[in-house]
Amino acid sequence: MKKGKSTGAKALVRTLEKAGTEFIFGYPGGANLPIYEALQRSTIRHIQARHEQGAAHMADGFSRASGKTGVCMATSGPGATNLVTGIATAYMDSSPMLAITGQVARTMIGNDAFQEVDITGITMPITKHNYLIQSAHQVAPTIEEAFFLAGTGRRGPVLVDIPKDVQTDEFANQHEKRRVLEGYNPTIKGHIGQIKRAAAVLREAERPVIIVGGGVISSNTYADVADFVKKLGIPVVHTLMGKSAFDNFNPLNLGLFGYHGSRAANTAVSKSDLILAIGTRFGDRSTGPLASFAQDAKIIHIDVDPAEIGKNVPTYLPIVGDIADVLPRLTSLLSESSDDQLSMEHPRAAWTTTLLNQKQSCNNGKNGSSTGKSLDQERLTTPTALAAAAEAFPQALLVTDVGRHQIFAAQHFPVAAGRNFITSGGLGTMGFGLPAAIGAALAQPEKRVMLITGDGSFLMNIQELVTAAEAGINLTVLVMNDHRLGMIQQLQDGFYRSRFDVSGFTQDIQFDRLAADFGCRGDRAESEAELQNAVAAAAQAEGVTVIDCKIGEEEHVYPMVTGKNLLELTEGEA
Amino acid sequence: MTHTISILCDDIPGVMTRISGLFSRRGFNIESLTVGHTERPGKSRFTIVVEGDDGVLEQVRKQLQKLVHVIKVWDLDHERILEREHALVKVEVHEQDRANLLQLITVLQARILNSSGSIWVLEITGDSKSVDSAINLLGQYTILESIRTGKIALEQGMK
Repeated sequence: MKKGKSTGAKALVRTLEKAGTEFIFGYPGGANLPIYEALQRSTIRHIQARHEQGAAHMADGFSRASGKTGVCMATSGPGATNLVTGIATAYMDSSPMLAITGQVARTMIGNDAFQEVDITGITMPITKHNYLIQSAHQVAPTIEEAFFLAGTGRRGPVLVDIPKDVQTDEFANQHEKRRVLEGYNPTIKGHIGQIKRAAAVLREAERPVIIVGGGVISSNTYADVADFVKKLGIPVVHTLMGKSAFDNFNPLNLGLFGYHGSRAANTAVSKSDLILAIGTRFGDRSTGPLASFAQDAKIIHIDVDPAEIGKNVPTYLPIVGDIADVLPRLTSLLSESSDDQLSMEHPRAAWTTTLLNQKQSCNNGKNGSSTGKSLDQERLTTPTALAAAAEAFPQALLVTDVGRHQIFAAQHFPVAAGRNFITSGGLGTMGFGLPAAIGAALAQPEKRVMLITGDGSFLMNIQELVTAAEAGINLTVLVMNDHRLGMIQQLQDGFYRSRFDVSGFTQDIQFDRLAADFGCRGDRAESEAELQNAVAAAAQAEGVTVIDCKIGEEEHVYPMVTGKNLLELTEGEA
Repeated sequence: MTHTISILCDDIPGVMTRISGLFSRRGFNIESLTVGHTERPGKSRFTIVVEGDDGVLEQVRKQLQKLVHVIKVWDLDHERILEREHALVKVEVHEQDRANLLQLITVLQARILNSSGSIWVLEITGDSKSVDSAINLLGQYTILESIRTGKIALEQGMK
């Protein structure tokens, strides 16, 4: 190659390096091999997944654990379509991600060439934006723009499709300036008038509650939330995505609200006269039936995405902007006011006390029969397993899969504020957990990463155990092995009559043996005592440990909203 | 109710798919869609007419605004707007009807673009309602083919 010349593939790798990319989670194929050639001389570490879906979830898990934009890569055709579920998962949870796909050569596009698929067309509704690059000199500015879009405003995945001949084309290597995106100006700074009005409304509220969502985590504003709550003393509930937005051990944290929320949390929302919603999109799993949602409450809604304002629930006072800008300003406005409003005589004090008492009685109930200890003290259940795990991993970064164990984990495994709880909330992607945990463990090597999964979810991407073993990460996996799809069975039991058996697995899989074959440490536990030993050993061990938790006939996960509003809860088996 | 949405956007491949996708996903049927260049190089303007629920359309408008290549979105229904639509109508005219049709053409301020024997092609311009009624009136003759451009619209006065 002549001096001063570069290729599309080299430009790609150089731009990724410049953006600080540490890992590419990928899988090779005919249409991205030139990129692998260029990658050979790079500082970027390639993590070889065993399925492109796994690669996408790994990049997503990396993003969620680090706040940086994770990168995944696949070849054209089936490689690209295998990324789709992972991209949609990231999109639904506003996770920044860059997906790079190889494409057939430009001259072949549209000819139904071997392994050709219109991946930009396919991913249009599940990406923040996507590109099909048409010439080698566009590679660098496009990748820069993709990082910019993925990691600013409301985060999200961006896909860049690069034809094979663009990867190999030579071009005069001069830096192309990034285009000005006239149509992309996320509102960062909140409107001062709105913030002042919010402060006024908050001062007058008698039954206020704060809802924290995933936006708090993606904007890294847990400290701002903690500061606000400390100054105002208002009780907090969280969505599934917002579990680690506020310290789970804080007494004012009433826990998860919504479809599987606690009575205290759901009461707080339903009876409130003012909801301060921070970085949440009022998803249907949170609100329950919209017609009956928080009837008495005025809603102040802080969100970076104006399209979320008023989308599902009517907003009394919207504040569009970055929480990092809005919330500290709101806190300081409220701090200026005199403290007498927060005295014990204030009606707010009685409201808070009632809720905290209700939380207390909910917690006491947990130690009874409905959840927690089962009828047979010896038998392992998901809540008892979680309690043992939480004790052995007090500062864990918890990753879950999707299903009954996911809700149990949200309810029973307390985590500290920060990027400490990773779950597929919006799309509910079974099979997300293991690859996401691999990405998270690579992003946060100093943290103890634990994956809680079920036998259904685990089997959906079990091939990534090989990747985990190869990657040299520390990871503990607890498989809640009850030989069934628990959430499906719960729904069938609750709402369907035929009980057509699609939720039971007859094959008894020994996940400890399977893990060993994949190059991991395998262990098993049939009782609480065995599990305590197993997690204690895992906490000391290097590498990946898979603990096969033999859960018997599992109890369903409660509370669950079974009526027309968030207070019509079923709290346990009749 | 019927809405006229105007969208200023970058003139690049795929932008139309991105825009129309947001309507179709929510079950809106686009009644008409026009797109063309504007006074600014590299920018296009869409005028889209859709019928649908106000609340859902408000959500579509916000989602349109989020598209990276969309610069601005207007819902023109609440504005004072100037609108025009263009139609071409091919009619079959018998000898005895010609005088009447010529009179109608004058009234409608239509133009004869082409006449070969009994087949005439007429051009009609006006707001959508006038075009509706013109085509309606021409219906007394035999309309062989007709086509409409769909509405284009601009706000009056300063933007």
